[in-house]
Amino acid sequence: MSSDGRVRSFMPTIITRPPIPLCVQTLLIVKSASMPVSKENSRVVFDALTRSGVSLMSALPETWLVHIMTMADDDPNTTLVRITREEEAIGISAGAHLAGVRSALLMQNHGFLASVNPIVSLAMLYKIPLLMLISYRGHMGEDAPWQTMGGRMTEPLLQALDIPYDYLRDPSDVERQISAAATLAESSLTPVALLLERQLMWEEE
Amino acid sequence: MKRSEALRLLYPDVKDDIVVTIMGAVAVELYSLGHRPNFFYLQHAMGLASSMGLGLALAKPDHRVTVFDGDGSVLMNMGTFSTLAWVAPRNLTHVVFDNESLLSVGGFPTATSAGSDIAGIARSSGIRRSRMVRTLEELETAWKESRSANELTTIVAKVEASGPASFAMDIKMLENRFEFERWLREVK
Repeated sequence: MSSDGRVRSFMPTIITRPPIPLCVQTLLIVKSASMPVSKENSRVVFDALTRSGVSLMSALPETWLVHIMTMADDDPNTTLVRITREEEAIGISAGAHLAGVRSALLMQNHGFLASVNPIVSLAMLYKIPLLMLISYRGHMGEDAPWQTMGGRMTEPLLQALDIPYDYLRDPSDVERQISAAATLAESSLTPVALLLERQLMWEEE
Repeated sequence: MKRSEALRLLYPDVKDDIVVTIMGAVAVELYSLGHRPNFFYLQHAMGLASSMGLGLALAKPDHRVTVFDGDGSVLMNMGTFSTLAWVAPRNLTHVVFDNESLLSVGGFPTATSAGSDIAGIARSSGIRRSRMVRTLEELETAWKESRSANELTTIVAKVEASGPASFAMDIKMLENRFEFERWLREVK
């Protein structure tokens, strides 16, 4: 991480065999320069989670979530479990819920796609509330081609699963939205999703 | 060894544990030894019993958690060993009954029949206390060591590929779930 608090990409400058058109090479180099994830708004999200009573978080590292994960790691009152696949997180949150601990799942939307079976056959089947914070990659403004198909499928899938969801976009409204989502998840005993939008997580240069 | 014998051996010790089992023969055999409100039988969501155990172990750090898993299930969630090893909850014992097959769907062999070593995978994932046992005596020794060590433990028990005559259990899934939650709420 650089001194200005911005996270640098883990992706190395791509060296590929020629011929690659110059414009594509430029694009690849630009893409690997910096990843300006908003630290300020990550703090807003993290604080809102802890204020709503979340003390356990599970996450799989993803660029938009790095600051939130670091904050969870640094907070003595929060336990962060780093998972290998998002499916695990559904199990962890189910166990925590039954034992009276409120948890949140931090995942990329592709992680949401990967965890559909346990969402259905553990959380929904067993009436387990889930508070899922999903980074909404591959949607408006996305310049990484590999994110775009998952971006298109995220909301149709949430709708198909009948999961109530909302968009986290305006930092001034995040705390209310997270609290409201946690309340609905617990009262309805179902998964609820909040989509972390580019506008909130990303500081365009 | 038979899984039912192994469960009978461990039953007195797990009576007051927080217990999570996988579905199928493991659930039925534990249930038939005497259901307790602190036993949760995870029907479906294959592979996630140990993940649930992790969530429970973190939420109830002063209570012992025992997970009864199977080879077919745990092979569907191998990352669980890495996650468990990293978090290393001292109060969690993960018992994997390895019958080298998917018994309840017709006995198809699993990769452990071809040499996949689950105890070795657990150890290589960072779980230092990981043992494979083949007899009831070895199981008893490994189990007692685990109880006194107070450390995350994986015990892989090689068992015969045989199960109960019937998979019927007289408890509804949600009944089990809410009873379990209530018990957890009332226990320290």
